[in-house]
Amino acid sequence: MCPAAGLWCHLAHFLLQRSLMYLIHEARFLAPDVKLFRIEAPRVARKRRAGQFVILRVHDQGERIPITIADSDAERGDITIVVQGIGKTTKLLNSLETGDSILDVVGPLGKPSEVEDFGTAVVIGGGVGAAIAYPTAVALKNAGNRVISILGGRNRELVVLEDEIRAASDEVIVTTDDGSYGQKGLVTDALQKLIDGGVKIDYVLAIGPIPMMRAVAETTRPHGIRTVVSLNSIMIDGTGMCGGCRVSIDGKSEFACVDGPEFDAHRVDFDVMRNRNAMYRGQETEALDRFMADPESELARVPGHRCRLEDAEVEG
Amino acid sequence: MSNNPIKPKDRVKIPRQGMPEQDPARRAHNFEEVNLGLPEELAKTEATRCLECKKPVCAHGCPVGVKVREFVDLVLSQDYRAAAAKMREDNVLPAITGRVCPQEDQCEGSCVLGKKFEPLAIGYLERFIADWEAESGEVGLPPRAPATGKKVACVGSGPAALTAAGDLVQKGHDVTVFEALHEIGGVLVYGIPEFRLPKDIVRRDVDNMRKMGVKFETNVVVGQTLTIDELMNDEGFDAIFVATGAGLPRFLRIPGENLNGVYSANEFLSRVNLMKAYRFPDYDQPIYDCRDKTVAVIGGGNTALDSIRTALRLGAKKTFMIYRRSEKEMPGRAEEIHHARDEGVEIQTLTHPVEFLGNDKGWLTGARCIRMELGEPDDSGRRRPVPVEGSDFEIPLDVVIIAVGTGPNPLVQSTTPDLATNKWGYIEANETSLRTSKKGVFAGGDIVTGAATVILAMGAGRTAAASIHEYLTTGVWELPEKPAQEASA
Repeated sequence: MCPAAGLWCHLAHFLLQRSLMYLIHEARFLAPDVKLFRIEAPRVARKRRAGQFVILRVHDQGERIPITIADSDAERGDITIVVQGIGKTTKLLNSLETGDSILDVVGPLGKPSEVEDFGTAVVIGGGVGAAIAYPTAVALKNAGNRVISILGGRNRELVVLEDEIRAASDEVIVTTDDGSYGQKGLVTDALQKLIDGGVKIDYVLAIGPIPMMRAVAETTRPHGIRTVVSLNSIMIDGTGMCGGCRVSIDGKSEFACVDGPEFDAHRVDFDVMRNRNAMYRGQETEALDRFMADPESELARVPGHRCRLEDAEVEG
Repeated sequence: MSNNPIKPKDRVKIPRQGMPEQDPARRAHNFEEVNLGLPEELAKTEATRCLECKKPVCAHGCPVGVKVREFVDLVLSQDYRAAAAKMREDNVLPAITGRVCPQEDQCEGSCVLGKKFEPLAIGYLERFIADWEAESGEVGLPPRAPATGKKVACVGSGPAALTAAGDLVQKGHDVTVFEALHEIGGVLVYGIPEFRLPKDIVRRDVDNMRKMGVKFETNVVVGQTLTIDELMNDEGFDAIFVATGAGLPRFLRIPGENLNGVYSANEFLSRVNLMKAYRFPDYDQPIYDCRDKTVAVIGGGNTALDSIRTALRLGAKKTFMIYRRSEKEMPGRAEEIHHARDEGVEIQTLTHPVEFLGNDKGWLTGARCIRMELGEPDDSGRRRPVPVEGSDFEIPLDVVIIAVGTGPNPLVQSTTPDLATNKWGYIEANETSLRTSKKGVFAGGDIVTGAATVILAMGAGRTAAASIHEYLTTGVWELPEKPAQEASA
């Protein structure tokens, strides 16, 4: 085939797909393996409130994964998400750049965070959990709360969105496991210190890895402090249809997608949560290994993604 | 007038033509279609069996009133394109209904031939025409009325919504279908398995609807992305048809239901059908690796049958269907029960699980079940299953699929305060006009009646389309005299 025809074909395909897809306006790394995306999704941007999430699918053989919306701009018509590359799909996502597109984005899903003037609210974000907690911190601040944010990471590099969260907080405490930044220790150490120091805490929001959320729940339980966690269950549709995201709340099954994602931390059965999230560990490892062995063929499936090599050939 | 060369008294001597099937031993391990479709010669022979009744009762037996006699006559004249167009006047999803309709209870159940002989194989002929379109690349599209300038939104893209959209677009309205998932078809794509209804076939019927002028928008969750009020006020829709189905899975509420390996039928089927998990790792969405495992489905309906036959195709070594009543009460289609048995599914009737058992890592290891016996008839008219004291026993299992029914998805209702629902959360709609408590909003299909069949939902779609057309033409919105659901409460 002549190169011109190839290019024309490409362009036609590109334009056809474009109207049906979700364009990435901006993509930049915040930390190693942690990337921020602004994605064109005007209806979602208009509607979303703090605590809600989207489900996205990168290409037509991809899985559907839920990701919390970190921010949105109704006027620009885009939403912001922060993705930590852990499995195949998140790593694939993190190899996309500004100008690429995502095949499917649907939302906003889930119930918004319950926001009112509680008094003093402590917002705890572990690692990329900070990005999920951020919009609720902003909403809590706007509702009149005194917001104390605790940001935790394994090391300095993994503390993300610090500036944004500082702007929405009255006080920020940073903790790192290795002491490379802020206080050395866990977010729960900082929380315990606040409690022991006599700070009257009315509300705690904790978002991060399951062990962290469980530890926060156990820290606040003896003091009867209202504590909320955001549960990142495995989902397919996100509309209550499959029931795969069910979590055990006071021994009763609820769906994280429509009844949550936020739940009273003191009522969550974290063992069930941990087990269910480990259900596909074997397949997840297999998929990741395959992707890491040959990321290019996977990227070629992303609609509208233009391989640098192809560009070079067309120009040549 | 008639294209039938054979005299009526000779027609009854021709036996009903059989549907070629994939061999059970082979098909139990693949996702290809079980029924293979009639070849042209058999279809022509079958068509000659039609008695061409003056009053064709077959059409009355059809919930959407397909003009059977007319399309069969066009098959006889070998004008398949015209036959397809004739069919599409009443049924925009012929490739689908030709496969999944319970014809034995409807058109074929009414066929006069069936009184003394085997009924005309109307379903097979319908499928034949749709398959001919696909093979020839020709499409028989019905004419479209001039544009009315009215905008109609269908919420959901299952059989009710698609049927309504097809009818409304023919009447000249500007129709948009909104779907929450990334794929059009609702239960046709997430629920019904590939081996009964290949997804390419759904896509084909949907593409033909696009050619008729219907617009489709995926990834829109009405109730979340947009509300009904926003559709009317901001997006300018003059009428809305809510057909969101009965998509919420019911669980048994017994201990152990959150163990890994316990699925709702909706999840199990969605992973395999919508997300193509059976092709993992080429497709990303995983499913429990059923190879050489023991899988049980709880329930006796078509969804239970679809689920367990899917597990078999995923490589399960042993498959059980556990149903609490006797086989006589099983709601699944006879043909599908027969297919499942042929493929090796063991049916355990009068049995019910009381607890799912697991290991310390949270994985399912088995079920504790009890035997049941049948007592007095219940509200449904079927004999109520009663537990037999002390009959507990354990079955070792790796996967359990729960297929004991579904409920209404509340997302539309909870964000549309003036839309009346009954105590179970289904939308209240007038039985004949499908008009709801909210002006301009119609509802039909499973979201009104509770879970039923594809063709009944299509019937509701037709009724809704007629009622919407009437409303858009006259502008009159009569309040429903009596909401349809209230009486049964």
